[in-house]
Amino acid sequence: MPDHDTERRAMELERPLPQPITPEAKPYWDGLREHKLMLPRCRQCRRAFFYPRVLCPHCHAADIEWFEATGRGRLYAFEIAHQTFNKAFKVKPPYVLAMVELDEGPRLMSNLIGIEPDPRRIRCDMPVEVVFHKLTDEITLPLFQPRGGAA
Amino acid sequence: MKELRNSACIVGVDESDEIGTLPNKSQLTLHLEAVRNAVRDAGLKVSDVDGVFTAGQHSPATIGEALGITPRYIDGTSVGGCSFIIMVGHAVAALHHGLCDVAVISHGESGRSGVGVSPRRDTALPGQFETPYGFGGAPTYFGMITTRHMHEHGTTLEQWAQVAVSTREWARLNPKARNREPITVADVLASRPVVYPFNILNICLVTDAGGAVVLTRADRARDCAKKPVYVRGAGEATEHVMLTQMRSLTFSEATRLSGAKALAMAGVTHQDFNHIMLYDAFTSGPPIMLESLGFAKPGEGVHFFETGRSTPGGSLPINTNGGGLSYTHSGMYGIFPIIEATRQLRGDCGARQVPNCRLSLVNGMGGMLSAAGTLVLANEP
Repeated sequence: MPDHDTERRAMELERPLPQPITPEAKPYWDGLREHKLMLPRCRQCRRAFFYPRVLCPHCHAADIEWFEATGRGRLYAFEIAHQTFNKAFKVKPPYVLAMVELDEGPRLMSNLIGIEPDPRRIRCDMPVEVVFHKLTDEITLPLFQPRGGAA
Repeated sequence: MKELRNSACIVGVDESDEIGTLPNKSQLTLHLEAVRNAVRDAGLKVSDVDGVFTAGQHSPATIGEALGITPRYIDGTSVGGCSFIIMVGHAVAALHHGLCDVAVISHGESGRSGVGVSPRRDTALPGQFETPYGFGGAPTYFGMITTRHMHEHGTTLEQWAQVAVSTREWARLNPKARNREPITVADVLASRPVVYPFNILNICLVTDAGGAVVLTRADRARDCAKKPVYVRGAGEATEHVMLTQMRSLTFSEATRLSGAKALAMAGVTHQDFNHIMLYDAFTSGPPIMLESLGFAKPGEGVHFFETGRSTPGGSLPINTNGGGLSYTHSGMYGIFPIIEATRQLRGDCGARQVPNCRLSLVNGMGGMLSAAGTLVLANEP
């Protein structure tokens, strides 16, 4: 159970904290705190995957290592939210919901920032790069911006 | 699978006494009304029911208890809104093997008013990897499938809007439909933006509703009150839950697999159908389902919704109850397309009756095209 201090701090945050953080994902969250985008990779078939789990989803081997990804990828798909969809998320609409396909292969959900939330400006497959967004001393989130800096 | 073809029939279907906005009815009441009505439609009694199938917040044990029966066969498969479609196949297998004699598939959901509902909780994975970015609720996921489809195939907002227009044309003919005023493509494009690429008229209703389906073996079905509807084919599959894990965002592998299994079991081809029911939580869903099922090439599913094809009087009517977009959508919509297909095959649909309706395809998704169920239903064996 979170203590009162944790609850009070969470109330003040602009975003809900990721929870529950699972033991198999700890290297991911530890890496983000140090501004590294860490991904799990199978030592048998050499393919990266995400989300973290103890079996490789490609070859089902239980032989997993972690490596630092480039933080580069492309915008696989996007949406522009014109309202808020969960009460703890306080970023003012409109904002861009993003599915990013990393150069290493895996996809993850995030936000696209540093660009006007306008469907005429945002294109699937546009190159993007990670931006580390500190939420608390423990939690840093990977957000993404157009590659080469904000547009 | 072929030995199961036509071995069981849908003999009773109905909604709860009312559907819509029902702040004075609990979710459990919606279940019980639907079961009582569907059993009555079959000319059977609640005490005849010995197989209970349900998905959602209430387990089959709760539904059995509330009905006051002790079922000898139960199924609580819960993979989203198509669970009820999948359960038709499960019920056919159970009936064939004598595991039960009268199967009831029950749905009740106080999706709008939230009466008698447990609070929703994030499951572990979205809470960890999606909620911090503002995701929450189906529109924030299904739009991803849609923008990727537009990018890969050049589909347009106008084409998605046409799906809403076609479906509303059917709702106008259904007295039970919630929204019955005619709309145009321009109306959809001018409606309130929710999450690009969706305006409010691209998104299903949120209602309170129950529905139930009763099945029994074909030999017994002939003694029931209404003309039996034969289950010729059934198929199911799952691919993913987290949308990032879907192999291609624009093609549903679960839908393809479930459709291929159902058509093979039934021994029919795509050209044989003269009625189709598809799970329309969003306007982009039905065209992508038609593509994944093999009715249309990738990118061409939208053409099925042009006037004269899916619309009343058209060559291949789709979503003739008015769909989740205009008739009702309580949350897990999958029971309702089965009810409509059964009524069409019986010839019970009045102003919206599809002439000479003989073979109907029902396809639904669970989650974001994550799971799928497909049925081939027929008015004769």
